[in-house]
Amino acid sequence: MKFLPLIWCNLMRKKTRTALTLLSIIVAFVLFGFLSAIKQALAGGISMAGLNRLVVRHKISIIQLLPESYKARMEKIPGVSLVAHQTFFGGVYQDSRQFFMQNPVVPEEFLEMHPEFVLAPEQKTAWLQARIGAIVGRKTADRFHWKIGDKVPLLSSIWAKNDGTRTWEFEIVGIFDGRDANTDTTPFFFRYDYFDESRRSGWGKGQVGWYTIRITDPDKSAEAAKLVDAEFENSAAETKTEPEGAFVQSWAKQIGDIAMITASILGAVFFTILLVTGNTISQSVRERTGELGVLKAVGFTNGQMLALVLAESCLLSILGGVLGLGIAKLLIARGDPTSGMLPRYFFTNGDLCVGMAASVALGLVTGVFPAVQAMRLKVADALRRI
Amino acid sequence: MSGPINWLSQVVSVTKFGLLGIPQRRGSVAAAVFGIAGVVAVLVGVLSIAAGFRRAMTVSGTADSAIVLRTGADSEMMSGFGHASTRIIADAPGVARTPEGPLASSELFVIINLPKRSSNSDVNVPLRGVEQAAFPVHGQVKLVEGRAFEPGKNEVIVGVGAAREFSGMEVGGSLRVGRSDWPVVGVFSADGGVAESEIWTDAPVLQAAYNRGNSFQSVYVRLNSPEAFTTFKDAVTTDPRLSAKVMRLSEYYASQSTAVTTLITTLGVLIASLMAVGAVFGALNTMYSSVAARTREIATLRALGFGRGAVVVSVMLESIALAIGGGAFGAGLAYFVFNGFHSATMNWQSFSQITFAFAVTPQLLVLGVVLATVIGLIGGLLPAIRAARQPIASALREL
Repeated sequence: MKFLPLIWCNLMRKKTRTALTLLSIIVAFVLFGFLSAIKQALAGGISMAGLNRLVVRHKISIIQLLPESYKARMEKIPGVSLVAHQTFFGGVYQDSRQFFMQNPVVPEEFLEMHPEFVLAPEQKTAWLQARIGAIVGRKTADRFHWKIGDKVPLLSSIWAKNDGTRTWEFEIVGIFDGRDANTDTTPFFFRYDYFDESRRSGWGKGQVGWYTIRITDPDKSAEAAKLVDAEFENSAAETKTEPEGAFVQSWAKQIGDIAMITASILGAVFFTILLVTGNTISQSVRERTGELGVLKAVGFTNGQMLALVLAESCLLSILGGVLGLGIAKLLIARGDPTSGMLPRYFFTNGDLCVGMAASVALGLVTGVFPAVQAMRLKVADALRRI
Repeated sequence: MSGPINWLSQVVSVTKFGLLGIPQRRGSVAAAVFGIAGVVAVLVGVLSIAAGFRRAMTVSGTADSAIVLRTGADSEMMSGFGHASTRIIADAPGVARTPEGPLASSELFVIINLPKRSSNSDVNVPLRGVEQAAFPVHGQVKLVEGRAFEPGKNEVIVGVGAAREFSGMEVGGSLRVGRSDWPVVGVFSADGGVAESEIWTDAPVLQAAYNRGNSFQSVYVRLNSPEAFTTFKDAVTTDPRLSAKVMRLSEYYASQSTAVTTLITTLGVLIASLMAVGAVFGALNTMYSSVAARTREIATLRALGFGRGAVVVSVMLESIALAIGGGAFGAGLAYFVFNGFHSATMNWQSFSQITFAFAVTPQLLVLGVVLATVIGLIGGLLPAIRAARQPIASALREL
């Protein structure tokens, strides 16, 4: 610790150079933050999936519907404790570019199935009473400035009503929050009974999009999935059951290998920063050859020399890391840059820790080469340079 | 003495000085050059994804083709027509005709799950039911292997993109639809267009498999000429028996691709601009140390009567030269690594996979080099001013 002033003075020797290096490290960590948030937004739904929930969809594809009557049959399967269904509504509010998901659900079982959506009890009561009532996530409510009591028309391109029109009116009776930051609060949910009665007979009546089931023992999810699929085997609508995590992950994987893309961009960024910082540190060590010789002459050990230079590079990169991650955290909290296309855009604590670890690693890697040089310095050679 | 020529020769000699000194400062120069190369490579690489996606979408629509969807539908997934409506559309004025009938194909569009070869995880793959006229209507479609499906038979042909990306989609493979296996009998290309991501089969066969009765989702038509579009559009949209909207195929595909390209472009530009800021700091560092290493040389030249302007310009030139070198390297790297790289992603409008190739276009290469030049310009400016402002006497004393 007593060498801290010495390290500080060494860094302040060329203020411009240190400041510039620090700034480029900060930029690298701001980028790290952004990319982590983007990765989280595109692929992060997996971690929010409930371990004891399975998703049952039509075997051929998610766009094929399943009979609503499957619910009763699923409830009889051993190990299944709760069954809820959803259907993709595909509605548009004002402009088709303002996408958010809307699904008809059965309120009680839906809220019981998804404790991650937090709804005030009086709003829940209101929802159970209002047939055209709908609840919406905080993010979407804020985006369209919806309040409780607002009447919201949605134009559905998939579902027509009995009278042939496609504009469905809903009343906002509740606004739900996420249990934690990872919960997607963009969807809109309304009552299935209203939906099923009002949709035009013919295609789809009495049919739902997919089921979510809760199982009593998360360790037996594979067995439960097999039982469900066996129940509907050889019927007109065969099912495919998988854990919710796998279901969400398969959507993320459809976009592409997001983890690989962000990792390769970060690789390019850190390689660049490594070059810039490493070069700065070794340049400043080279300039100080004489001084380092003096330190050695007055009795600094090899270990101390090594530590001195490494401490300098680590101080610089950790300082840059802390500032960069801090700025990233603030910027990301301001919302996603694509205005609504990335619902789960935020900086997780896990990624923050990875970032901090990366800043220490950056300091060590950039410092090690000059530090070894300083350690190996021969006093006589170094002093001759003064 | 002729002023400008003299000034120019000053610039040349100071610049030469700087450039010749590069080998002595190779560490810091390399750091700056590779830094800029990295920025340009990432920018060009990310934007080439968007460009490739857009290219796949735009080559699909020729000027004389159009698509008809139900009013209010943004994509085929959400559209629907009865058989009678599709006949009215096919017989509308403006539609090109051959002895076999109008060049109109009423189609069905569904998605099925197939494992992707690269990740072995299930993805949504578009399965399209087409009529016989589909081949002349989608003009670019050519069989490259095998044969076409036979009408009325449970057979499919697959696009080259789909054959490459999804497991089991080669001639001899088969597709499980419901409880039967449909053999793959051919592979077709479509000049890199969207159809290459799809699997095609006979429309009536698909209607039966999906209990669609005699209904379709969209009608693709080839027009007499690009100008016939207005006639066709007016006839279809004003017909009281129909509730339909008409779009040129090019406009339709453009509207389908905006979500994905906007997302990629926004994120790509954001990442690249942050990286560019970092690279500017790197370039500044390099040029400051380049100027610092030459304090005495520059002071000597100034003492001999070289002007401040010449010093500023030459330092900037050096910085820009390094930046362009780095930029060109980065752009070249991006070209060799990314251009033509095959991939597939989800198109949100159709809920299904689109296969495409990354496209490093000339515009992107130019953009990359321009960005590098800007970085070099900014990175050189402050050090250049510092070099020119150094008091000559004290700088000369610095040994």
